[in-house]
Amino acid sequence: MATSKNTDRRGFLKGAAALAGAAPIALAPQSVLAQTAAAAPAETPARTVEVLTNERPGADFMMDVIKSLGIEYAAANPASSCRGLHESMINYGGNKSPELLTALHEESSVAMAHGYAKIEGKPLIAMVHGTVGTQHAAMAIYNAWCDRVPAIVILGNETDATARRSFVEWTHAAQDAAAIIRDYTKWDDNPTSLQHFAESLVRAYRIAMTPPMGPVAIIANAKLQEEPIEEKGLRVPKLTPVLHPVGDSGAILETARMLVNAENPVIVAGRMAHNQAGMTLLAELADTLQAPVNDQRNRVNIASSHPFYNTGNVVNADVILALEVEDIFMLTHRMSQLNRIGMEPPKKIIKDTCKVVSISSVELFQRSNYQDFARYNEVDMAIPGDAQATLPLLIEACKKLITGDRRAAMQARGAKLTAQYKKNKETALTEATLGWDSSPLTPARISAELWAQIRNEDWSLVGNDMFFGRWPSRLWDFEKHYQFIGGSGGEGVGYGAPAAVGAALANRKYGRLTVNIQNDGDLNYAPGVLWTAVHHNIPLLSIMNNNRGYHQEVMFVTTMAARANRDVTRAGIGTKLDKPYIDYATMAKTYGMTGIGPITDPKDVGPAIKRAIEVVKAGEPVLIDTVTQGRG
Amino acid sequence: MKKTILFLAALAVSVAAALAQNAAPAGNAENGKKLWVKNNCYSCHGYEGHGGSVGPKLAPKPISMVAFMAIVRHPPQSTMPTFTARVISDSDLRDMWAYLNAIPAAPAYKDVPLLNAIQ
Repeated sequence: MATSKNTDRRGFLKGAAALAGAAPIALAPQSVLAQTAAAAPAETPARTVEVLTNERPGADFMMDVIKSLGIEYAAANPASSCRGLHESMINYGGNKSPELLTALHEESSVAMAHGYAKIEGKPLIAMVHGTVGTQHAAMAIYNAWCDRVPAIVILGNETDATARRSFVEWTHAAQDAAAIIRDYTKWDDNPTSLQHFAESLVRAYRIAMTPPMGPVAIIANAKLQEEPIEEKGLRVPKLTPVLHPVGDSGAILETARMLVNAENPVIVAGRMAHNQAGMTLLAELADTLQAPVNDQRNRVNIASSHPFYNTGNVVNADVILALEVEDIFMLTHRMSQLNRIGMEPPKKIIKDTCKVVSISSVELFQRSNYQDFARYNEVDMAIPGDAQATLPLLIEACKKLITGDRRAAMQARGAKLTAQYKKNKETALTEATLGWDSSPLTPARISAELWAQIRNEDWSLVGNDMFFGRWPSRLWDFEKHYQFIGGSGGEGVGYGAPAAVGAALANRKYGRLTVNIQNDGDLNYAPGVLWTAVHHNIPLLSIMNNNRGYHQEVMFVTTMAARANRDVTRAGIGTKLDKPYIDYATMAKTYGMTGIGPITDPKDVGPAIKRAIEVVKAGEPVLIDTVTQGRG
Repeated sequence: MKKTILFLAALAVSVAAALAQNAAPAGNAENGKKLWVKNNCYSCHGYEGHGGSVGPKLAPKPISMVAFMAIVRHPPQSTMPTFTARVISDSDLRDMWAYLNAIPAAPAYKDVPLLNAIQ
């Protein structure tokens, strides 16, 4: 606790100036100063000594609030506007719950929070400098927003202009520090007192965790962090459990009728399952109706070994149940990826008689500026509510409505779906043989090599396989919710590596073997997160999808050149990462990580994975550089 | 509609020509392999034409050379761009087809232990 009211920084400077004015000090030889000092106790008159320390800064109370939320980690690139909170976290807070993670880029801090939350189901704090740090963090916040993932971003800012010390503090201060990210956060606030901070942080936590989940931002005023606590009656607000909104019961009953009476219902799951319980519920609904489930792979919504997994065909559907599916237009229409000359307009692919029902929490909260909401969902029934929370009601309603006749019809349908599942698997295995011994390596070969060595482990795939031909999704058995976390949401490149580190951090305490498929272009945005993984002993096996370029763009530029009747061979300019090739194994080693490769011979992949798993089991991260095909 | 009719006509001619085509491959496979990479065909269809999530499988056992050329010149509605003779010559297309035609058959998955263990 501070012992003087004059210990704020302005008071300190005023006091220092007064002392200097009263007793100007002339420079003197060191020996003279030493003699004066030795004689001082007897000659100096008694005076009041101003206390220039503060043993109870406001940041300590901020830490009390943060600790009350049970947050395990705070990722931060050190920032002067967060220095008070930083110090309180490591000393007053004991660097536990939260433990400070050293991030080398604010984008990494937030993306780590993103990956962590998808495994652990709760937020991590990203502590970032206002202005420039927030600018760095912005894309990662946008990804979390689009992916409906909770994250708490604490922005440091010196709001009081008279407290700013230097030109840097002026250029790094903002009148409205959260303005830059307001379009893609659920809520933000700029507290002006400690009690205000407490209530806003707890409120922010609740908002972040209420579906649709999303990132929130709270400004930690630098002066509030650093000045002594003078507010009376401070208290940490109570956090009550967050309940998920359930869809309207009448609409659920009507949906159940449609599903039970449908001949070809198709269930499509987007960001539906929050956890294992969500997977269990969806499997129960599928089993009850003997209906196919198409999993959009944003999360693991249903086990990929379920006999109805990805066996639906919306073209033949008479009822489509879309669970937390954001882009229903693209689900029900076909259109070319590129604006090709002569391109036909989007074509509706479902029957005109097909009924579409959507259950989605996104109906409850949307923003205007950024267009992640896609085209208008023209459905027959839109039920606002969290799909997972609504499923128990829907399952119960379906069970009550199923008659003997309908049950027999459903069982016949289920047998056909099971046959389709087996056919899909055969197709995947047959296609996996194509280019089996090819160099560069095929993603199918790498996926099969990985699967052989992790299938008997408690594994978790934390990298997106979209640019890997979805081969893990096609070949592996995903039984647990934590075994796949989907992609970035906003497709902002640079998410993969830090999100994988955050997810691996969450997996660490459960002893899971965490595997990441790491795209080369993505890693080059902020590779410093490799060091963070090493520094904090986060075990993680990263295998590079090193196709030596931005191959989505190679395809696009090639198409544009062909369209213009110009030279397609020049499409590599500005898109390919060659001359020189980037040596990712050496990059990993530079950051203190075990690096293996580059591997160009498919026969070398298996032994490399074996060695890498040994490293991970010893508690360390490892990176294998595999040189891969252009687009998986 | 007009383009669709033209495409179908071209395809019909191509198929007819393919049926009459001599079995011997035309074109230089070695040069075709270089052209396959140089023209970025590998980017969608894979280095060995085995296909990917964007481009379909073309090899092994490609469609006839004439049909192949017809599709390159007049692709059906898809993400496949139109490559005219100004961009890729007939001669280069023949070489690339020869390369695809020379790619050996893939093994059956049951003969690949890693894949056979998955089923």
